[in-house]
Amino acid sequence: MSCGLETYGLGEFGFRLKTQTMASASTPTYNSNNLENNSSKNASRESLRMEPLADVPQLPGEERITDKDIIYICPFNGAVKGKVSITNYRLFFKSFEVDPAMTLDVPLGVISRIEKMGGASSRGENSYGLDISCKDMRNLRFALKQEGHSRRDIFELLFRYAFPLSHSLQLFAFLSQEKFSENGWNVYNAILEYRRQGLPNNKWRITFVNEQYELCDTYPTVLMVPFKATDEDLRKVSAFRSRNRIPVVSWIHPVNQAVIMRCSQPLVGMSGKRNKDDERYLDIIREANGQTAKLTIYDARPNVNAVANKATGGGYEGEDAYQNAELVFLDIHNIHVMRESLKKLKDIVYPQVEETHWLSSLESTHWLEHIKLVLAGAIQVADKLSSGNSVVVHCSDGWDRTAQLTSLSMLMLDSYYRTMTGFQVLVQKEWISFGHKFSSRIGHGDKNHADADRSPIFVQFIDCVWQMTKQFPTAFEFNELFLMTILDNLYSCRFGTFLYNCESVRDNMEVKEKTVSLWSMINSENRKYINPFYTKESSRVLYPVASMRHLELWVSYYIRWNPRIRQQQQNQVEQRYMEMLALRDQYLKKLEELQISDSPRIANNSNSPASPTQLVHHVQTPL
Amino acid sequence: MLSLGSGGGKSTKPSFVSYVTPEDMKIKEKEEGLRSKHPYLLPGEVVFCSANHVLKYTQEDVSQRGVYGTLLCTNFKIAFISDESASQETAPPFRNKLLSENDIPLTCVDNIYGVSDEKKKLIIGGQVKSKYPSKLIIQCKDLRVFHFSLTYAKEEEAKKIFQGIVHHSLEPKSLKCVFAFSYCETASPSQASRKSSLTLMFETKEDWSVELGRTKGNCKVSSANEDYVISEKLPQFFVVPFAVSDDDILRFLGKGIPFWCWSHHSGCALFKMACLPTIQEDGISQKYMHRMLDAVTQDQLCPVKIEDLSSCLPALQDLQLSYNKFKQLFLIDSTTEFWVSDMKWFSSLENSGWLEIIRQCLMKAVEIVDYLESAHTSVLIVEEHCSDLCCVLSSLVQIMLDPYYRTRSGFQSLIQKEWVAGGHSFLDRCNHLYQKEKEVPAPVFLLFLECVWQLLQQHAPAFQFSETYLTVLSDSINIPLFSTFLFNSQHHRDTAIKPGHPEAQRSPLNFPSVWDWSLQFDCKAQSLFTNPLYVEKPIQDKALRKTSHQKHQRQLSLPNTLSKPSPRKGFFKEETDNLKKIFLGKRISKWLNPTESSKELYESWQRKPLDYQGLLLPYLDGPSVRVWMQRYLRWVPEAQIFGGGSITTVNRVLELASEIQDLQKEVERRSCRMNSSTAWTQVYSGPPLSARLSSFPFTATHAWSFKPAIPSSIRQSLGSVSSLADKEDDDCQGSGVL
Repeated sequence: MSCGLETYGLGEFGFRLKTQTMASASTPTYNSNNLENNSSKNASRESLRMEPLADVPQLPGEERITDKDIIYICPFNGAVKGKVSITNYRLFFKSFEVDPAMTLDVPLGVISRIEKMGGASSRGENSYGLDISCKDMRNLRFALKQEGHSRRDIFELLFRYAFPLSHSLQLFAFLSQEKFSENGWNVYNAILEYRRQGLPNNKWRITFVNEQYELCDTYPTVLMVPFKATDEDLRKVSAFRSRNRIPVVSWIHPVNQAVIMRCSQPLVGMSGKRNKDDERYLDIIREANGQTAKLTIYDARPNVNAVANKATGGGYEGEDAYQNAELVFLDIHNIHVMRESLKKLKDIVYPQVEETHWLSSLESTHWLEHIKLVLAGAIQVADKLSSGNSVVVHCSDGWDRTAQLTSLSMLMLDSYYRTMTGFQVLVQKEWISFGHKFSSRIGHGDKNHADADRSPIFVQFIDCVWQMTKQFPTAFEFNELFLMTILDNLYSCRFGTFLYNCESVRDNMEVKEKTVSLWSMINSENRKYINPFYTKESSRVLYPVASMRHLELWVSYYIRWNPRIRQQQQNQVEQRYMEMLALRDQYLKKLEELQISDSPRIANNSNSPASPTQLVHHVQTPL
Repeated sequence: MLSLGSGGGKSTKPSFVSYVTPEDMKIKEKEEGLRSKHPYLLPGEVVFCSANHVLKYTQEDVSQRGVYGTLLCTNFKIAFISDESASQETAPPFRNKLLSENDIPLTCVDNIYGVSDEKKKLIIGGQVKSKYPSKLIIQCKDLRVFHFSLTYAKEEEAKKIFQGIVHHSLEPKSLKCVFAFSYCETASPSQASRKSSLTLMFETKEDWSVELGRTKGNCKVSSANEDYVISEKLPQFFVVPFAVSDDDILRFLGKGIPFWCWSHHSGCALFKMACLPTIQEDGISQKYMHRMLDAVTQDQLCPVKIEDLSSCLPALQDLQLSYNKFKQLFLIDSTTEFWVSDMKWFSSLENSGWLEIIRQCLMKAVEIVDYLESAHTSVLIVEEHCSDLCCVLSSLVQIMLDPYYRTRSGFQSLIQKEWVAGGHSFLDRCNHLYQKEKEVPAPVFLLFLECVWQLLQQHAPAFQFSETYLTVLSDSINIPLFSTFLFNSQHHRDTAIKPGHPEAQRSPLNFPSVWDWSLQFDCKAQSLFTNPLYVEKPIQDKALRKTSHQKHQRQLSLPNTLSKPSPRKGFFKEETDNLKKIFLGKRISKWLNPTESSKELYESWQRKPLDYQGLLLPYLDGPSVRVWMQRYLRWVPEAQIFGGGSITTVNRVLELASEIQDLQKEVERRSCRMNSSTAWTQVYSGPPLSARLSSFPFTATHAWSFKPAIPSSIRQSLGSVSSLADKEDDDCQGSGVL
């Protein structure tokens, strides 16, 4: 699954369909910077015009909608003539005009907006066509010939299939017939995950009070709550928490039993309401591990925003009401600020990377500064927990910044979440099951590109994870491709994993039954996603340094469409390491052969450096 | 003058107020009595003055107690010897044999600040009065910052040590006072004379001939300057085109002579030239230049392009200015300062302009590479004395084009050729003698290392040496011991090392070269100089490889670009004449438009699979040019990633490399072919991976109490965000919609 600018050789040409041909009179100027024309290639191109695109990748369940001759206005190499093929899953463009052939493979799900560019009377070459904005930091421009309303059909079809929910169509995930050897829906089971953490125990219990989503419709069915709190208590507390999102356990420290609780803001309001049940509930939480003198409540928001929330009925835990708690504001901004920040970032990296004032431009987007704040918040949570204090984390509704903070601090504290499956569990648990509003934040299949609910909160989280993998290159079992694949499929609508806002809706839509999980694909070919440098260190807490000195722009994600920007640095090292691993294995094999032919000598060789334990350890490293 | 630590029961009651309890004091005195506190002195090293009960503390932070000890000033260094018993200290991971952790060579001192009454004041040499500040902050050229408190030392000692330090590190001195002289007079010659046999020193005719032969250069070695008869700036031997006669060289004392640097496999070559004196009449100099250019084109049978650096690169003063701003970003006094400066980090970096200078140099080098590689045009780099930025560029071009210079011995030979023999004024540029009025100090050599580091971090497998090697090399500039960095030219060195009195029956002093790494590091530490990722030349037959040792075959790295009118060899006379006229008239024709042609060079280079033994080009876009973290952030505690950093992957690779080596040996042993195996990297066994800091091998892990760094004062920075910040997360708040 790649949606990059890739290059393939000339493929085989298959079936025939009648398509329009380009009028040769309107041959566009073709900027031949590096792309040389070759007469024999021209000939094959001519014959190709009569045929539709042949080697379009096609997933099971994917259907061809239309093919069309088109000009792709590549921001890096200029206009290229080619053919576009639209399916119910993707837009695929291929040009044989250049050698090697250029392709674009864009899942329709990444499209956020399609605009017509120019009119029938527009002057200038390639001024008439389509302008497509994507959610993954790129824009695509296609030009068509001006006569005969040539773009009407393709615009309408594209619009329809890119935004299926706005046209009463199904998302592709429900049409896909893909089969994988692994079933990703089995990756996460709330009860098993709590059991892994050693829960329930004599302080914490599982409650099924939300089994029918009657307590909180955006929470999962299984919740971990204080043993001392009855279901009735929970109901009372839920009345005082925004959207009934009561404090529940995210993670418990295996040694000191301190917990990370997540919830939404208390409904304090302008009048400064109090709720005895809520106050008592938080104190029960504090008491549970027996060593928390003050429960630390991390309010992810900037102080002023928390105060402002009182006007809409929200607020924060006041000192008077919560005497055994201390409140810390983490100064992380809201979804709108993040959205604008990423937009600014896109402006300086696409299509051209800001040249002269790169660093100050980067600074002015504030993107890395937001990353720093989120990481800094998570570090504080992790640090507090390590020292044996339980914490409560919330923002306004507890589904954006809260999810970022809890999941990142869990990633720092618990090495399980740094494994391939552990990370999947973390995403399923803290993000998907606890109701991060993926549908609203991403706008799957929805044409309303300007929706103020959209925001790259999950992207920001993955960026934070990437920053951690950069600072601790041996601590994560997964590699950069894994993170990029997650982000690509956050938009693609190929899998059901990130669809809809919460579990109750997913149940309604029968997502698990009708769609495939992203983890099914990943776990079926997980060798691709493994970090060769991974070294298991089970009880280590990772504290990244949340300083601009170490934070860097994730170039290979945000600037990956630009062929002139270096992408390969880490890959070079990784590739070299793999080569060395292969060399090592060659020697091992040779040694084995020698041992077979030379068996008597093995016995007195036990202290050789290539001792069996060492070999076993390294053989596990996948190639 | 010699007052070493307190021996025996000398010190009775301390006459100062201290927050160390009397009990502590007694214990300390007992320890002092047990342990001799003699500093480790090198041959020829003499202690000038010392003070006891100096407190070394790490930050202004009051909670940090610091360490008591003795502060000394010798003719080599400023040293601090801790009172705490050495056994508690785990050995630093990467020990320099000449210097311990708290030693500062006098030439490494950058700035000294005195703090009195909470006021921080820059100390300027020559203006020191009898008053001394209560605290000293010493900023070093290798970016270390030391804080010493003199409050608890005896007044007399404190005054002496303060004056001594200022006098010996901040005031002008003569070359003979540099430590290397007394070291070499005392040290046994065997200790100082080992030379790295693989490194060509370019002091003899033979070295130049070897280099000419290796690159198949079509030029001659000239001995016209033997015994420096023509110029003291030039080396005794150098390489010039055949047509350049000794008279030509004599005419303007070596100025205006095209000196050969390197030959490309296509036949074109890289030359450098010092400007002609400006007083010359136009006709004469123009005629002379014509002859010189003729000489270049005749031998190489290629057109030549003149690259005048004065017009396209920053002046030395700008370099110095920019670097001063840049380094200030890393000389951090306190945690507060660290986090405050973190907010404007990127714009501060940009404002210093240092990264931009690095980028410009690399870009210029790419242009020159383009002429040689794609247009097969010889390039003549012209600079006033052809010994500053000229050295940076000629070296960079050669590193990009010739994989030999990416090996350790090749790189060292390159520095010998272009910098040492090339007459770079190391002494003046580094300003080791503190002679302010004389020459412009400028970090020219450091700039070169910075550029190499950019290439190294972008193309790690192409280099045989590691980042650590470059960092250590950059530190060695400030150790006043190596002939490599102590002089302005070979002549300068040769006269300086001559015995003082002609009648003295002594051979010239034998200064060590910096390439004699065993003087500074043992084998184990030196193993960190090797880049485990290095992709060696494809291994053919083993026996074959051994014989062709050091002869790096040069490969065609790019096919001739078809779209370009590649100038053929064997120009007609008229054609060359025309070309030269165009060049001399500074009217560069359009096919020489640099930006356009480098773009093509990049494109054709990127289209091919990366060959680490072939052409290497730097990426120059904003995100690719980065800060040399190891060098600049290694001493900043807030920037340390505990158990992390890119060093962790390097360590994994090192481990694997050693495992492969062991397996290889084992296989060889078993198959009874006991070939002595090739030099594989030795694994550095230090503290376990997870206990290391990201600045490994530089910061010692001991005395490191680990606490996660939590940024402070972050709120103000985002103050300017728009009204969006006040909005609710969800516009549908309260509407009850999911």
